[in-house]
Amino acid sequence: MAAGFKTVEPLEYYRRFLKENCRPDGRELGEFRTTTVNIGSISTADGSALVKLGNTTVICGIKAEFAAPPTDAPDKGYIVPNVDLPPLCSSRFRSGPPGEEAQVASQFIADVIENSQIIQKEDLCISPGKLSWVLYCDIICLDYDGNILDACTFALLAALKNAQLPEVTINEETGLAEVNLKKKSYLNIRTHPVATSFAVFDDTLLIVDPTGEEEHLATGTLTVVMDEEGKLCCLHKPGGSGLTGAKLQDCMSRAVTRHKEVKKLMDEVIKSMKPK
Amino acid sequence: MEGTLPAAAKTCAESGTESGPRGPGCSLRHFACEQNLLSRPDGSASFLQGDTSVLAGVYGPAEVKVSKEIFNKATLEVILRPKIGLPGVAEKSRERLIRNTCEAVVLGTLHPRTSITVVLQVVSDAGSLLACCLNAACMALVDAGVPMRALFCGVTCALNSDGTLVLDPTAKQEKEARAVLTFALDSVERKLLMSTTKGLYSAAELQQCLAAAQAASQHVFRFYRESLQRRYSKS
Repeated sequence: MAAGFKTVEPLEYYRRFLKENCRPDGRELGEFRTTTVNIGSISTADGSALVKLGNTTVICGIKAEFAAPPTDAPDKGYIVPNVDLPPLCSSRFRSGPPGEEAQVASQFIADVIENSQIIQKEDLCISPGKLSWVLYCDIICLDYDGNILDACTFALLAALKNAQLPEVTINEETGLAEVNLKKKSYLNIRTHPVATSFAVFDDTLLIVDPTGEEEHLATGTLTVVMDEEGKLCCLHKPGGSGLTGAKLQDCMSRAVTRHKEVKKLMDEVIKSMKPK
Repeated sequence: MEGTLPAAAKTCAESGTESGPRGPGCSLRHFACEQNLLSRPDGSASFLQGDTSVLAGVYGPAEVKVSKEIFNKATLEVILRPKIGLPGVAEKSRERLIRNTCEAVVLGTLHPRTSITVVLQVVSDAGSLLACCLNAACMALVDAGVPMRALFCGVTCALNSDGTLVLDPTAKQEKEARAVLTFALDSVERKLLMSTTKGLYSAAELQQCLAAAQAASQHVFRFYRESLQRRYSKS
């Protein structure tokens, strides 16, 4: 009977739960789904991470290649993120050129990388004006169940922490680059941006980590990206119902606690990988 | 039909040059708006903020493709064309922001299974582009007679490295700023409809910028009201 009611009146069904301050999957309004992360699973990539946020599964792979640095910034490298939402992850996506959702997510990740200065582009330069690294960060969603931006940011961060670049020396005589695959070093990650997404319901209630159904029923979404000092890298609110300053403040405090949770998880994972 | 800021505020808003000092009271650039300038779209508006200028056209409510129709609401579509080059991923992201902002205010349920298309063309970009696009879109929607629950306006804030706030920054100020925040506010309760930011800043600075943007939006809404009053009072 509940299933029938849910199909006919999904919003009313949902409101019944919200009145009791909980959600259909049993979570509180401010509770995140179980987050699991697995790093180094792709052996052919220089760095990789798989993040699961409940059912939402996102995998990020980093490949490093050579390129000539840009002419207007000869001491900088490139970081090129790309988010792909294939038809595999959800029935709403068709095969073909990236849809709007994928493009918006790619732009969001590019903004987070640039705003938070997670990697200084100067660190990616091998020889100024001649050779630099370009990091291709491919983020692919394997299962879409809402809150894709949080999962992508976390996957990117974990993959970058896991990525190892080989040492490159420029041979003075030939002018060619010599790659030493035996000697690899980790990237210098300066900040740890963590994204926290909220969904707005009926112009008043704020819930954290919306699932796919909740996103569909919500009247607005908000994503806050914070780094460890409490500085905001990105406040992404693409329209939707209005929010007052006080509500924003609540979101900030939730984002701070989320950052601590994620950082702890990341540190545990990195520590378990180190003996390799 | 032109509308400009009232004389009292004009003195501090006339900072046509980039190096012009701005008063602490209202530091927005000179505005101008012209409506109903295009003959084909149902509504059109051209919004000028300093040297930034955006032209908007609205078609709707009109026929919608069956694949895009929503059974109980109007389908809103936004197309943003940059001044030079082909639209890219950044334009798509901006289109999404403007579209969601319009969806929050337009009463789509009054026109189900129709489409409302907003086309924005960037004529010149001298800073605060997204805010100018939002203002042009709002004026064009009003000109087209699309039912809305509130008006909205865009305000841009730039934070310098020493912590000072500059409202409605020019392109040069945007480049030198530590962070640039763009907000869309509604006219009824000055709530935050949309926000997009660039750069690093603290939560306290965010609240400061939001408060400054809310104060500045008063001027924008007053300007909308006067420009529309002037237009319709001629009859």
